[in-house]
Amino acid sequence: MNDPMRTGPLLTMTGMTKQYPGCLANDHVSLTVERNQIHALLGENGAGKSTLVKTIYGVVKPDAGEIIWQGQKVAIQNPGHAQRLGVGMVFQHFSLFEALTVTENIALGLGSARERIGLRERIVRISNEYGLPLDPDRVVHDLSVGERQRIEIVRCLLQNPKLLIMDEPTSVLTPSEVKKLFVTLRRLAAEGCSILYISHKLEEVRALCSAATIMRFGKNVGECAPAEKTVKELAEIMINMTLHAPTPRPLTASSKPPRLVLDKLTIRSPHHFGTDLKAISLSLAGGEILGIAGIAGNGQSELMDALSGEVPAGKPESIMIDGVAAGHMGPHERRGIHGCFVPEERNGHGAVTAMTLAENAFLSGFTRQALVRFGIINTRKTAAFAEHIIRSFDVRTTGPKAEARSLSGGNLQKFLVGREVLQDPAVLVINQPTWGVDAGAALAIHEAIMALAEAGAAVMIISQDLDEIFVLADRIAVIAGGRVSAPVLKREATVESIGRLMGGTAAAEAPGEMALAE
Amino acid sequence: MLKIEPRGYESKFWRYASPVLALLLTGATSGLIFAAMGRPPGLTVYTFLIAPLLQQDGFEALVVKAAPLIMMGVGLSLAYRANVWNIGTDGQFTLGAICGGGMALAFPDAPAWAIFPAMIVAGAIGGMLNGGLVAWLRIRFNANEILTSLMFAYITQYLLVYLVTGPWRDPQGFGFPQTALFSDDALAPKLIEDTNVHIGVVLAPLIAIALWFMLEKTLLGYQFRVLGQATRAARFAGFSENRLVWIAMLISGGLAGLAGMLEATGTLGQLTTTLSPGYGFTAIIVAFLGRLNPLGVIPAGLLLALTYLGGDAAQINLGLPNAVTGIFQGILLFYLLGCDILLLNRFRWASTQAPTRAKAAQ
Amino acid sequence: MTALLVAFLVSTIAAATPLLLAATGELVVEKVGVLNLGVEGMMLAGAIAAFATANETGVTSLGVVAALVAGIALALLFAVVSLTLQANQTATGLALTIFGRGFSALVGAGYVGIPAPTLPKIHIPLLSDIPVLGPVVFGHDILVYLSLAILAVVAWCIRSTHLGLILRAVGDSHDAAHALGYPVVPIRYAAVAFGGALAGLAGAYMSLAYTPLWAQDMTAGRGWVAVALVTFSAWRPFWLLIGAWFFGALMYLSLYVQALGVAVPSALLSALPYIGTVIVLVLISRDARRIRLHRPAMLGRPFQSRA
Repeated sequence: MNDPMRTGPLLTMTGMTKQYPGCLANDHVSLTVERNQIHALLGENGAGKSTLVKTIYGVVKPDAGEIIWQGQKVAIQNPGHAQRLGVGMVFQHFSLFEALTVTENIALGLGSARERIGLRERIVRISNEYGLPLDPDRVVHDLSVGERQRIEIVRCLLQNPKLLIMDEPTSVLTPSEVKKLFVTLRRLAAEGCSILYISHKLEEVRALCSAATIMRFGKNVGECAPAEKTVKELAEIMINMTLHAPTPRPLTASSKPPRLVLDKLTIRSPHHFGTDLKAISLSLAGGEILGIAGIAGNGQSELMDALSGEVPAGKPESIMIDGVAAGHMGPHERRGIHGCFVPEERNGHGAVTAMTLAENAFLSGFTRQALVRFGIINTRKTAAFAEHIIRSFDVRTTGPKAEARSLSGGNLQKFLVGREVLQDPAVLVINQPTWGVDAGAALAIHEAIMALAEAGAAVMIISQDLDEIFVLADRIAVIAGGRVSAPVLKREATVESIGRLMGGTAAAEAPGEMALAE
Repeated sequence: MLKIEPRGYESKFWRYASPVLALLLTGATSGLIFAAMGRPPGLTVYTFLIAPLLQQDGFEALVVKAAPLIMMGVGLSLAYRANVWNIGTDGQFTLGAICGGGMALAFPDAPAWAIFPAMIVAGAIGGMLNGGLVAWLRIRFNANEILTSLMFAYITQYLLVYLVTGPWRDPQGFGFPQTALFSDDALAPKLIEDTNVHIGVVLAPLIAIALWFMLEKTLLGYQFRVLGQATRAARFAGFSENRLVWIAMLISGGLAGLAGMLEATGTLGQLTTTLSPGYGFTAIIVAFLGRLNPLGVIPAGLLLALTYLGGDAAQINLGLPNAVTGIFQGILLFYLLGCDILLLNRFRWASTQAPTRAKAAQ
Repeated sequence: MTALLVAFLVSTIAAATPLLLAATGELVVEKVGVLNLGVEGMMLAGAIAAFATANETGVTSLGVVAALVAGIALALLFAVVSLTLQANQTATGLALTIFGRGFSALVGAGYVGIPAPTLPKIHIPLLSDIPVLGPVVFGHDILVYLSLAILAVVAWCIRSTHLGLILRAVGDSHDAAHALGYPVVPIRYAAVAFGGALAGLAGAYMSLAYTPLWAQDMTAGRGWVAVALVTFSAWRPFWLLIGAWFFGALMYLSLYVQALGVAVPSALLSALPYIGTVIVLVLISRDARRIRLHRPAMLGRPFQSRA
């Protein structure tokens, strides 16, 4: 007897279609996940991966399409229904409640009162069993990103899922945490829980997954066994163009005079759950790119705020730009001495989404571009500046009068990077230069950053993406717990050595072969 | 099922059409309420919105009523744009009247050229004191300005009652709670003889135009707009939130104080215990009806002034309680806020087709 | 002296009751992340609904029911505009206050100056006759006890039940709650309606027990004080009770001192509770980090689901 409940694919989706206003997120997408399989769903940002898996989890309702689950046609109504079927999901942006404890968070994710009985003990047991240590009574806002992810995984495991969906799980982990996660995932697959693994990190997918479905612009563009392809081949299917890596730059000698100097920069975070900056000392020469690696929440945004002047530093001399003590200056005055900044968050920080591109060009450009006379805005000059940015950076938009919110993430990021780069900065600091940006825009941004350094500016990039750091930086430092390690030259750094620093405490661990480095 | 669906951009059409739609819906709803009260809806709406204008001096009465509403509404549109929620303009209005009126009472024999300008300054300063206190408490102590400004409105009202029933009571006033009449020189100059049309009537639109220019064309105005849209972006640009809160509270308070002083000297000629017939809340509606745009506040102020006159007319002609005005204003603000969903969204009949038909409504 | 003390305690509890009822409702509303500034309007609507119904029917309990209905109706109005149509919650709350004032004045125009049946005080033989303790603890009307009971139930529910956990979760992150499949908007509707019911009840207490008369704007800013109380309590029910009693005492004192004929003018004494509110707000808000720690993270933020 061929019982489809026990044999045959675990999940088959065909013709999945979902239309959002102005964007066809899924266009007749198909996906088949076999039992005991770790299946990759590959694609760029905006390729429609998240929409597809949210459909499986019942969060998104498809406009059309058929889902076969263990041989049965199903219409998944809501996450509760998905859970009862045996689908668990770990979200990319964790669906956790900061003010609640680990146990409370997990209780909220369980379907019925019966499942909550003896919950605390079961959490301890499962987390020990799978090497996912968790204290059930701690409040989430005190936990690291890695610990938060464990909560989500434990929450799923408590329901004995048959399919575990993981949406970009490693983007927030240190290399050693990634290694541990992979051990857990392989064990789960062996025990009978299939895993749908969403990523755009090709090395990882090659190391972990036995099958892959590749998406582009909401459509299927390929199926393959990732191990049989090279990273370059996978990438080319994913973004449909031949990649040319940016030409590596000759390493500049740091004999030039420093343009940005931090001297024991120490700032207490104004937020309860923020990270305090502890005695950060750095020196950047002109023509140099310094990469600051680190896991989210280790003081990156606090460092950015301190450098941009949004939060004043303790002593004026703790931040020097071109020899001028800038610690007490506000953002406006720092721009006056040729400091330019691109914050991580585009919407509402780097840009005002409801304002036009011209108005957004004015936001940080009015000082250096002299867009104000006698307190009155020079509208024509402002529009011309915006036009200049749009043309120089190939921003796809209708023009300076378009609202910032009408742009895609990649286009808006190009505009914001362009706004600062075109102001001829002496010092440029960028937090997460290509976060949530498509490959084409990322490449353009990387090239602009390199050209700027070539022209003599000191550039600091703060990024969670180690690949990006290794592509761009001349020297690399790591931020962990509000401290910044001494920078090392890129040629002397390895993913392992940087990864250990990122973990903070990971230095104590035995150095081992990276799972993903094969 | 009717679904709300984001457009992804702001509709230009609905930016102007939404307040018109809100007005039409308010008219229709009011008609229904009148009908429910057993009044002919058509006649009542007519009495409310048309009849006051057809009366003799109807237009003069309208602009006099509108002047303080426009002044306060303009100040509020500026403050609300910057996310500064001053809702205690009644208090600033009253303190302006107290300071301006107090000046008139203290110097009844001052020369004509000096007294009124001095009263204007005193009135504005009175309002700014009240507003500035609110700003200071928010900046220094993080105290919510919605609550403090409103509490000050109550406190100021009691201060007024104390003054006109106590130290400032007119000794020749037969014990009525009111001050002596101001001297002729201390009255707001009239624009038209034998009417109440005073200098505030031209001052109000001029202020509106000036603040519109400030908000739309200057760096300071830009700072207000950025702060209201995105606090972090304002900090990123280097705009001081504290400074902007100060300015917003001082301008909105000062304008309310000026309005109060003009109301006392332009229409009443003395201080009594009831200076403001709820102007403070009405000005909030004026600001929203004007789309928080100082130029839009001018017609909005005229319209809301009309509802006051209409309330009086309805009371006299139809025997309806004056409070109808309040309910009309409340409905209007609800519709104004509700209709604004059309700016960024559209309604669509969602197709409930096969694969996803939900048995239980989500 | 004992008589004075009894009068003080009894009056304080009475004056605190409408504040406590309205603030308990608002606490639940804010816990799920909604800021409803229309408490004053809902109280007024409740007050006139209770008064008019009790007056027409002669049955006070019907008046109380009418107040509940009126409070819920106004709260739902707020919910439609701010939750379904996603308008700014601050502005919508103001609209509700303006509407409630207008509505109550319109309905109440015919009821000014006439008496209505008063909510009876409970008399428990023996217990109510104990000196001091009797009148202070056992001599109130039913709404006083109800307000305390509701507060206790709300406190227990929020702290120790799964329902309370869901409410806190929605107020902490509506996106996460939505992702887990909780119906954010319906939950918020329910909380807002509950807040409206309690505000209506607070209004009924005003017009049927506290000052059994109808006067325009008779709540005199108590709805706003209730909103301030929630901030004062840092969203913790026990502190709500302390705050309500504090303001009740302040209100009683401002009346009592006036009655004593002290040289301070009565108008200035009447301002005392409002001055007290400002001072308490200032003292409480000073520690911005502490407020941020306790405040529901989603307070006042609009929620739009993409499904």
